[in-house]
Amino acid sequence: MRRAHRIVVLLVAVLILGGVALGATLRAADRAAEKDRVQAGGPEVRSGDVVLGTPGRTVFRNMAWGPHRDELTSVAEADPSGPRTASGVRCLRFHSAAGTGVCLQAVRGALRDGYRAVVLDERLRERRRYALAGIPSRARVAPGGRVVAWTVFVSGDSYAGSSFSTRTSVLDLRTGDLDRTLESYRFFLDGEEHRAADLNVWGVTFADDDRFYATVATGGRTYLARGDRAAKTLRSLRPNVECPSLSPDGTRVAYKKRVAGASSDAPWRLYVLDLRTLRETPTAERRNVDDQAVWRDGHTLVYSLPGDYGSDLWAVPADGSGRPRTLMDAALAPAFTPGPRG
Amino acid sequence: MYLADSRTSPASAAPTTGSRRYAAVPGTVLVLGTVSLITDVSSEMVTAVLPLYLVAGLGLSPLGFGLLDGVYNGVSALVRLLGGGLADRGAGPKAVAAAGYGMSALCKPLLLLAHTVPLIGAVLAADRTGKGLRTAPRDAMISLACEPAGRGRAFGAHRAMDTAGALLGPVAAFLILRVAAGGYDAVFTVSGCVAALGVLVLLLFVPGRSGTPERARGRTARRAPRAPARALLRRSAIRRLAVCAALLGLTTVSDSFLYLTLQRRLDLSESWFPLLPLGTAAAFLLLAVPVGILADRFGRRLCFLCGHLALLGAYVLLVAPLGDSPALAGVVLALHGSFYAATDGVLAAATADAVPEAVRGSGLAVVQTGQAGARFVCSIAFGAAWTAWGDRTALGLAAVGLAVSALASVALLRPGGHTDDPGGRSGVGLGNRPGDGPDGVPDAGREAVR
Repeated sequence: MRRAHRIVVLLVAVLILGGVALGATLRAADRAAEKDRVQAGGPEVRSGDVVLGTPGRTVFRNMAWGPHRDELTSVAEADPSGPRTASGVRCLRFHSAAGTGVCLQAVRGALRDGYRAVVLDERLRERRRYALAGIPSRARVAPGGRVVAWTVFVSGDSYAGSSFSTRTSVLDLRTGDLDRTLESYRFFLDGEEHRAADLNVWGVTFADDDRFYATVATGGRTYLARGDRAAKTLRSLRPNVECPSLSPDGTRVAYKKRVAGASSDAPWRLYVLDLRTLRETPTAERRNVDDQAVWRDGHTLVYSLPGDYGSDLWAVPADGSGRPRTLMDAALAPAFTPGPRG
Repeated sequence: MYLADSRTSPASAAPTTGSRRYAAVPGTVLVLGTVSLITDVSSEMVTAVLPLYLVAGLGLSPLGFGLLDGVYNGVSALVRLLGGGLADRGAGPKAVAAAGYGMSALCKPLLLLAHTVPLIGAVLAADRTGKGLRTAPRDAMISLACEPAGRGRAFGAHRAMDTAGALLGPVAAFLILRVAAGGYDAVFTVSGCVAALGVLVLLLFVPGRSGTPERARGRTARRAPRAPARALLRRSAIRRLAVCAALLGLTTVSDSFLYLTLQRRLDLSESWFPLLPLGTAAAFLLLAVPVGILADRFGRRLCFLCGHLALLGAYVLLVAPLGDSPALAGVVLALHGSFYAATDGVLAAATADAVPEAVRGSGLAVVQTGQAGARFVCSIAFGAAWTAWGDRTALGLAAVGLAVSALASVALLRPGGHTDDPGGRSGVGLGNRPGDGPDGVPDAGREAVR
């Protein structure tokens, strides 16, 4: 081929490839714009005041398409499919307790997006903010509202990205002390101190300001571990427990368990472990659950499953009875105000 | 018998350069640099969005699944050797490189179809196989397209273009996601189009075998020995270089550990952490050509060693109690970038000096594989040391190891140490001054090999 021919071939290819690339981008942009429009039949969402801890109201991330997508939104607990009140505060992950909220949100930058953790007061005003090293995964506030924890996914920057790790941080709001990574705590595996480079910690759930439970992974296995902020230790209790969630009375842990025979892409089922007897009970939810469940009250678990708009919330009894039912469409990361029953 | 390095080669291989004798960088090298730039834009677009795609796009909990496990590192090394060997034997470097680039390009649209972690892992493995396949043939083509005296500069120009692509890729992906939130499929499609363009530029504008200037090329290429790796390692110069590269690789702490240490030392905010690799890349980009020119002038092996001294300097700064000024981060990253500038392309250039044309691909593959394997071993050992004794001690040990390796390498690469070269003297001098001939090889010994 002569040089002129080669240049013509190149120009034609640039036009074709450029057209394909542009078309794909425009189509995706169109799809993204679609999500900013309210869809018919979806929940009614209006702007308004959202106050954490209001009795009878649940606060969560609204996933319904429209201008209030991703905003912290409240709904009446008695009528979860009823009208929603949107706060204008956008979060990817959220949790609250005793008038303190933690919101993990995306931050738009000039040349790259980042993430931050924001601690909110009961009227969702920012109290503190911290930059995050990775993609938000889990967030929890201790029952007293004085200590918060969050987990992010961090990925290596190598060519074709190799593997992921987690980073879990715990913040004491009274002192401002931030434990950047719980991997710096001493980890005791079956009573023996265990040091390993592959240690990962995620999914904190608090018993009180000092004591908590979390998942610790090392050597390809996961463990339920009991953590102590004062002693800076983690002690394994039981293998094959991920994303624990402590019941309001502190006696049981709901968690996702990797079950034998399930596909490698959907390996988890929702279980409840009684901490006194160490007996585990499968819930009636038979589908794969990849979430840190939330206790709505002493006997009901709420968790997310993939839905038409990303995520729906489902509820199932914690004692293994009954069957799962939809709680809310297009919702994620709920926080419930403890009722008089505890 | 043929000339290992024909002095007449570069002019005819550089169709776009006007001046024959003082051509800055041969056209073929610029074309190969362009191909690498385009391909790196494509692959870094995917790399930049992949974690977010898995977590936010597919809703997977990626923890615990290594997308590419350790076993793959071994496969990757074999593929690289295979690529070098094939380039020397039947196929020729252009065809093998095109197969490698093409394989990676085909993987991008496949990402649109793979929605599970094992499948995505398989696609990434195929992508990396393509990369392994093409690296040695591409470097062989660069070395064959330029005057031996200008190899450092040529490789420097190529590496600078390559790095520029790696810097642009994430920006391109970011802009697409800004226009189309959640548009990961658009990122993969655009990445596929960009990669296809790279393959096309290679096919159209890189001269094939007939276009390479070596008069004896058609005959000699088929004469590559049956087991090129073994034959190569019988050559003293290449053996020494491979040993040095591996020895120094054993004490080259992986980038992520270096950044982690830097972050801990300076207590850097989490939001700064992802920017640290950009500092290294920027220094690499700016210094690759000037350092390549210096390497041509004062000796490539010397430059390679000096690059490791820069790395040693970075270690020492991180271990020494120097406070936590942000300026320290700047200096460490500048040293880290100069380490890459003085070693990455320069090692390829130095390897090309020591390997005759017929086995150039294999030679490059052997040396680079040795280095990569050693670095892999280092990152395992360093991880263990880090766990056992903490970051400072681990890095201190690495610094001591690097100093020892550097001293050993000085001894190995010293001039005059070539008496046991079976095929004649092929120049292992530390410095190759202009007076030695363009290759650092005394003229009498230039007709090397077999």
